[in-house]
Amino acid sequence: MSTAFADAPVVPEEIQSFTVTLIIRRFNPEVDDEPHWEDFDVQMYPTDRVLDALHKIKWEQDGSLSFRRSCAHGICGSDAMRINGRNRLACKTLIKDLDITKPVYVEAIKGLPLEKDLIVDMEPFFESFRAVQPFLVSNTAPVGGKERIQTVAQRERFDDTTKCILCAACTSSCPVFWTDGQYFGPAAIVNAHRFIFDSRDENAAVRLDILNDREGVWRCRTTFNCSEACPRGIQVTQAIAEVKQAILRGKA
Amino acid sequence: MATTLDSPRSPYARPTGKRGTNWEKWGWIYMRGSGVVLIVLIFGHLFVNLMIGKGVDALNFGFVAGKLASPFWQWWDVAMLWLALIHGGNGMRTIVNDYATQRVTRGIFKWAILAAVVILIVLGTLVVFTFDPCPAGSPADLLPKFCPAI
Ligand code: SF4
Ligand code: FES
Repeated sequence: MSTAFADAPVVPEEIQSFTVTLIIRRFNPEVDDEPHWEDFDVQMYPTDRVLDALHKIKWEQDGSLSFRRSCAHGICGSDAMRINGRNRLACKTLIKDLDITKPVYVEAIKGLPLEKDLIVDMEPFFESFRAVQPFLVSNTAPVGGKERIQTVAQRERFDDTTKCILCAACTSSCPVFWTDGQYFGPAAIVNAHRFIFDSRDENAAVRLDILNDREGVWRCRTTFNCSEACPRGIQVTQAIAEVKQAILRGKA
Repeated sequence: MATTLDSPRSPYARPTGKRGTNWEKWGWIYMRGSGVVLIVLIFGHLFVNLMIGKGVDALNFGFVAGKLASPFWQWWDVAMLWLALIHGGNGMRTIVNDYATQRVTRGIFKWAILAAVVILIVLGTLVVFTFDPCPAGSPADLLPKFCPAI
């Protein structure tokens, strides 16, 4: 039983590819004194992201290009970089969403020590993160059993800030952090917020005291760069404002 | 021999110097507080000077002298002067923190801002409280109405 369409093979519609120019800020600490810009042309499809372009360059054109990535799906937070002047995750930025009539500029995030090409030293960032005690502290036994029960509303209170993937896009977009590396930075405050407003946690007072430092929340001047940069859509500036309010009230 | 080991999980402590007055916090609160008060003071000032009565045409020495003769307006203007200058000075200080990267330039800018704020506050306060609305030997049509005819 042969049918008419059996001998008419389905020709898949050809997907158009296009050429994009990427201008990448390169730095090799072994030979360069100063970072410099280098451009690459890559053939891309509309479904490709900046990360795919970087892969193509690394695999096909220049194996020395260095950048961090792991999950490639916006979960691990390793590939925050400055793309056309905005902090984004390379794995979440579709090339076709950028203006491809012009070259796409890619550079490392600012404010942290540059190590190589798109890689920065994240240690100062994680040090501030550790400083706010980002873990649950409780000195009391859970009521009646093993679980610490929370109502939906109590969980909702800090839901936004649980989404952080520690990519540093916010902290490295903050003009205060650029000139004052001692500032805790938005990401540390976001992660403190996540525990300060958690009803199961009992160490809010200590965290509020840590952030009441002269390099703490008061350095923030509501520029909103962090909220704009966050690839997880966290309302970072609002979280910082809530921590400020909590410090003034003296409790979460 | 008693040996004490630090608890391996002892919380990390950011080296904090002496914890005196938290100036950053009070600065932040001051900016919010003075901002709200200044909105009232400045718009009240503009309204009274520019919109009530003959409006901007009424402004002359007599008008200002008449206002500064009343304690209400003296305190209004002094409050505006102090709040606005400290508010502006503190704002400039944060801008310097943002843009001046060298220690020395930072120091110079901040001291210059402080000097400007202090000088203007002292001068302004002095003028408001020692102002003579009826300087002797001036033509009467320039003076406020309450000046005794010379
Ligand atoms: S708050 Fe957003 S931008 Fe900042 S580190 Fe977390 S995920 Fe990244
Ligand atoms: S590679 Fe994991 S977030 Fe982009």
